[in-house]
Amino acid sequence: MSAGSEPLSISPGDCWASRAFRHPSFLAGAAITIMIAFMAALSLVWTPWDPTAIDIPSKLQGASPQHWLGTDQFGRDVLSMIMRGAVASMAVSILAVGLGAGLGVPLGLLAAQTRGFADHAIMRASDFVFAFPALLVAIMLREVFGPGWINAAVAIGVFNVPVFARVAYGAALPLWTRDFVLAARVAGKGPSRITLEHILPNMVSLVIVQATIQLSLGVLAEAALSYVGLGIQPPAPSWGRMLNEAQTFMALAPRLALLPGFAIIFTVLGLNLLGDGLRDVLDPRLARER
Amino acid sequence: MACGMFSTLAWLGSDDVALLDVEGLSLAINNIPLLDRVCLSVEPGQVLGLVGESGSGKSLTALSIMRLTPRGARAQGRILFGGRDLAALPERQMCAIRGREIGMIFQEPMTALNPLQTIGRQVAEGFRLHLGLSQREALNRAAGVLARVGLPPESIPLSRYPHELSGGQRQRVVVAMAVALEPKLIIADEPTTALDVTTQAQILRLLRRLVAETGAGLVLITHDLAVVNAMADHVAVMRGGQVLEQGRAAEFRTGARHPYARALLDSSRYAPPRRAPDLKAVTLLEVEGLVREYALPRRNPFRPAPRRRAVDGVSFAIRRGECLGLVGESGCGKSTTARAILALEPLQGGTIRFDGRGAANLSGAELLAFRRRVQMVFQDPYGSFDPRHKAGRIIAEPLRLLPDLTQPEARRRVAAALEEVGLAASDASKYPHEFSGGQRQRLAIARALITRPDLIVLDEPVSALDVSIRAQVLALLADLQARLGLSYLFISHDLGVVRAITDRVLVMRDGQIVEGGETAQVLQAPQHPYTRELVTAALRLDRAVSPQPDLAS
Amino acid sequence: MLTFALRRLLALALTLAVASAVVFVVMEVLPGDPAQVMLGTEARPDTLAALREKLGLNQPAPERYLAWVTGLVRGDLGMSYTYATPVTELVRDRLAVSLPLALMALALTTAIAIPLGAWAAARRNSVVDLGIMGATQVGVAVPNFWFAMLLALLFAITLRWLPAGGFPGWSGGLWSGVRALILPAVALALPQASILARVMRSSLLDTLSDDYVRTARAKGLTEGQALRRHALRNALIPVLTIMGLQFSFLLAGTVIIENVFYLPGLGRLVFQAINQRDLAVVKSVVMLLVASVIIVNFIVDLTYAAVDPRLRRRA
Repeated sequence: MSAGSEPLSISPGDCWASRAFRHPSFLAGAAITIMIAFMAALSLVWTPWDPTAIDIPSKLQGASPQHWLGTDQFGRDVLSMIMRGAVASMAVSILAVGLGAGLGVPLGLLAAQTRGFADHAIMRASDFVFAFPALLVAIMLREVFGPGWINAAVAIGVFNVPVFARVAYGAALPLWTRDFVLAARVAGKGPSRITLEHILPNMVSLVIVQATIQLSLGVLAEAALSYVGLGIQPPAPSWGRMLNEAQTFMALAPRLALLPGFAIIFTVLGLNLLGDGLRDVLDPRLARER
Repeated sequence: MACGMFSTLAWLGSDDVALLDVEGLSLAINNIPLLDRVCLSVEPGQVLGLVGESGSGKSLTALSIMRLTPRGARAQGRILFGGRDLAALPERQMCAIRGREIGMIFQEPMTALNPLQTIGRQVAEGFRLHLGLSQREALNRAAGVLARVGLPPESIPLSRYPHELSGGQRQRVVVAMAVALEPKLIIADEPTTALDVTTQAQILRLLRRLVAETGAGLVLITHDLAVVNAMADHVAVMRGGQVLEQGRAAEFRTGARHPYARALLDSSRYAPPRRAPDLKAVTLLEVEGLVREYALPRRNPFRPAPRRRAVDGVSFAIRRGECLGLVGESGCGKSTTARAILALEPLQGGTIRFDGRGAANLSGAELLAFRRRVQMVFQDPYGSFDPRHKAGRIIAEPLRLLPDLTQPEARRRVAAALEEVGLAASDASKYPHEFSGGQRQRLAIARALITRPDLIVLDEPVSALDVSIRAQVLALLADLQARLGLSYLFISHDLGVVRAITDRVLVMRDGQIVEGGETAQVLQAPQHPYTRELVTAALRLDRAVSPQPDLAS
Repeated sequence: MLTFALRRLLALALTLAVASAVVFVVMEVLPGDPAQVMLGTEARPDTLAALREKLGLNQPAPERYLAWVTGLVRGDLGMSYTYATPVTELVRDRLAVSLPLALMALALTTAIAIPLGAWAAARRNSVVDLGIMGATQVGVAVPNFWFAMLLALLFAITLRWLPAGGFPGWSGGLWSGVRALILPAVALALPQASILARVMRSSLLDTLSDDYVRTARAKGLTEGQALRRHALRNALIPVLTIMGLQFSFLLAGTVIIENVFYLPGLGRLVFQAINQRDLAVVKSVVMLLVASVIIVNFIVDLTYAAVDPRLRRRA
């Protein structure tokens, strides 16, 4: 039988959970992601110190029993700032992915369902959005609406829309050529019903995988935006602005630049591993040779 | 040795020294055993037909001889070729043998060629590699080889890319690459399975001629017993990684010893018992002047897109209780015709009358009512099931066409449909991938039956199935037709199947019907030249591939 | 081939036209009065009005759009409100930094990623492959500006091999200019190269399992020969797509990296211009950046046709 007749995604019969527990990068990614999410949640109710409390006398201290990761140039506790910084990072990237998937997936599905003009219009438009550097959009949004984390999320989300539209479109198009769609039409189903009952369930795993990848890109983008002052506003801490402020003290206290960087890398790495793992776990057919 | 008996018995009385001797070849991939002590023998100038259903291990045997098995494969046994054991040869020396002394032809001509290289360069590569020729010399030699396989550079220049050739032409290029250096052994793995019957006959004739000219041995791997009958001097039958039987082709045809080999032969000739059609039955479906046009991609942005007529004025009628065959090669428009009848494709012209009422370009409630009475079965049953739905939900899908049905009644109908096609009512809770290939096609038939239709359109319903399963499905179709008084529109490229199950047949080519009539009569005495060619290539393959008189001498 | 190129060219022109309209409209929406910005808050109303008249701000938007676009086509990007010099001159100076930086980063990305990805694919599942995959997995996760800071700390502040920031200009010789761009280029290239190497690897693994590679092996090619002569070029097709997309990211990255290293490039120009409400500069430079992305992707499209004969339709 040809390769095209293989099940496109989850074979519902075999248990994907059992595959997940044997998949090292899925496990590592899931563990890291859960850790970061837990840290962010915890920071909302408890941090070792108030992450915004300035204490000039104890500035630029190294690691100590009071301040596990030391203090910054204003004497703020670095560990508390990193913990709370995860909130900004998560909030921005989750909102951005929600926006991107929420608009992009329906657009992609619609393009695949209608073909013809709508198809062209949607796909050209998404090519077009890619041409605008995301940072410039963020800067302009700030100019119009003022700075803030929601604007940062919207700026990143704008670029997630075409990404999800393409993923949805790319996954849906081959599904529309499959015989089970024809069979559904013979059974009297209309195109919208087919999209909902057959196309969407068969591509949802791809969207989940893409969402994980876009989350990790969102974390990186949020860091870059808050590094140039376009993200969440002070005094709320964010990893990107911590790096910006640390730049002046690079030679004096490299720790201040290293730690938020590690936090970013750790988070992004975790999400990427999770995405790679999910791809294999949810959709064995897509599993790459490793 | 396990195979000692076979080879000595089979080749007793033959003075020829074997060119290739496979002795006790076993192979495991990732510790899953796939070949079990395979023994084969090929003599120079002879054709060994290696037969078996999918998964029998015939392709793996070929790849093992070439030492091109997938990663993770471990082989045991000996592969004696020209006095050397290929299984023990270092990879460097093996590279010198591949292409030079053993050539290989693959199944899928669409993917076997590098899309980014001209056919000339791809054929020339062997000359450069093995003989160290310059590009220009190698291209000269390549031109000669391509001319020999029927692609003279005057009409098909060396600078062509694979995508500019037809499937048959590409397969000729693949053959040219395999025979370029006049290897002593040619291995052809299903070389014609992806081709139309008429092209198949041409490629087989070419292979036979090349074997005769060069005295090379040929291992011809195929699932198609007609091909073996037409081509092979010796036959080996494989199943489950083992060679069950091998011997002279003539003996195999008349009296295969192994029960499986006999069953295979019987299945391939199987025709279900059928009642004679009722010639006075009323017309159920009448199609008149059907036209389906596509817009092709624009070549010039300033001119309207060119159009292609996939179905060009097709007319026919199906009587109640009749099975009408629609045959033709791929791309002739037969599937498009079927889909157009079911309103799955828009029509650009023509009328359809079903049970006396107009049925072209229906919509809304009328379309639903029409589809309740006309259902369809697709070629690839697996592809026609949503992999996420259970069998029960899949079969019940067309029940939405019967809006007044109560839930218990729907469940009862699903169970009844399953039992009707020989499955159990409890199978409703299984997913499609839990069924075997034959069971899946039964499932597809159950889905088509559930609304109690009058007409079922069967689009290549048995082409994806192995011969033994094919026979079972044909029997089921014939039985259902007799019991339920169904009419079939049976679409197929396989004249053997059409002969077995249809009452009348229409031959289609380039969107038009070139000939039609009683099946037996059309296949016995075809009138149209195309039908004659088709019938010869499909049903009299041995004659079709016999060397032409001028080449035989 | 000609038809193909012509069609693409038509699409390119259309896209650029739409892009210019979008940029113009966005600028119209941005708050801030350029005349006010140029003259400061204490300026008298009549002076302001005179300046507005002089800058053509009183004309209706469609006319200003047309004037701007015709200027763009002729290579006239207008006058900067704050610098009071032609934007074309400003851009030319800044491009002398940004363009070499982007090209160096791109060259570095390609030079690292393609061999690395190919090596990993050729030795799949070996220690080499695992090492490369592990390293690139981390490389993808590294924010480029953070990496830039670390590079500056190590090579500029600690080792003092390379300058930590600033740009001496090209007048002091080629080397002094290149020296100043090495660290920024490396910082830009690392994450992109990691992504590209992974794409290269998986693309090559895909093509290595294609039928024609097996055909090549059946002709007698060794595994390495089949990889180099048949798989590699086929594998480059998806890699090209990603490279086209990466160019956009590279530009965005340049804006930030120029800030880290205090490089007087286009990115910093745009940044400052926005802060100073110098909309003439913003409008033209943004348009320039957008146009360069569109044109690069146009070139990628044409390269496809050069690589892949299937796209070269015979006219």
